[in-house]
Amino acid sequence: MGKLSRFIFTTLVLFILWLFLTSTFKSQEVLIGLIFSAIIALFAYNSFTEQGLKNLSPKKVFCAFLYLPYFFWQMIKANFDVAYRVLHPKMPISPGIVHVKTKMKTDLGKLVVANSITLTPGTLTLDVIGDDMLIHWIHVKTTDVEKASEEIPGVFEKCLKEFLE
Amino acid sequence: MSWYIAIGIITIGVILTLIRALKGPTPADRMVAVDSMTTITTALLVLLGLYFKRYIYLDIALVYAVLAFVATLAVARYMEGGL
Amino acid sequence: MILNVIGWFLIYFGAVFLFLGALGIVRFPDVYNRLQAGTKCTTLGAFSAIIGVGILHPAWLAKTFIIALFILLTNPISSHALGRASYRSGVKLWEKSVVDKCKEFAECVEERNE
Repeated sequence: MGKLSRFIFTTLVLFILWLFLTSTFKSQEVLIGLIFSAIIALFAYNSFTEQGLKNLSPKKVFCAFLYLPYFFWQMIKANFDVAYRVLHPKMPISPGIVHVKTKMKTDLGKLVVANSITLTPGTLTLDVIGDDMLIHWIHVKTTDVEKASEEIPGVFEKCLKEFLE
Repeated sequence: MSWYIAIGIITIGVILTLIRALKGPTPADRMVAVDSMTTITTALLVLLGLYFKRYIYLDIALVYAVLAFVATLAVARYMEGGL
Repeated sequence: MILNVIGWFLIYFGAVFLFLGALGIVRFPDVYNRLQAGTKCTTLGAFSAIIGVGILHPAWLAKTFIIALFILLTNPISSHALGRASYRSGVKLWEKSVVDKCKEFAECVEERNE
């Protein structure tokens, strides 16, 4: 991607962060924020983003908005699941570490899938080695690699495939 | 009244994690407890900020969250043997 | 008025889940299960309590939103780092655990043999 587009994207993200942090629209503050975002972006754009302004294409933004409610719903379900297991007197858990394969190719995709897996019912990402993910499952249903891959990251990958790749 | 109940529930949570941090058989147990304690404390700081009506508490909570994250990563790297 | 009700509901929702997460850390038997309870409950609990404060006092909404977003993004990462570190430093699983696929990977095991 072009350097300019990556630079502009970094500046934009930093500037929005600045606006949220100061939460004011006085012209002096906005100007200072813009200048400093540009200076920081000059040094940091190389490691900050790979895709640049492509990240803001309408399709991706739309998919992100579709993904977020689903993600929050899963998170709330995960919390009630943990609450049930904590409060149950016998603690119905049968934990184990299972191995699944992910289809995501980019680093950002793997990061988002791993974080989503951590926050959803009963699963926690322990390690990511290339395409293999090691997942601690609080109530193991299957130890087979294929079936576990269907069960755990499958649903997320269908949503995220569009949005990140 | 509702302030005291909410802050009380969260404070009991902090005390419970503190019990695990003192008891925990392995260093990893203690670190897990401390990590959760920092997150709970961040929420508690924000609540206290609204209770005392002090905007500065939000800045403290933000800096506390950032430092806790960095500290957890540093301790994790140390336990792994990479530091 | 309605904002007041929503804000208080979110704060109490968050407070109860923060408490349950702490209880899970005390009750669960090994490091990895504790990590599960600790991560999930404290993330959603802190998120909803902080957003609740922002809704009760709308002038603070932007900053509380940043804090909540930061917690939502960084908490899974730190729990992942802790879980990996505790596996590699040789913490055993609970004796009633069903399966341990991690043994099959050289990257996980090499530090245990030392």
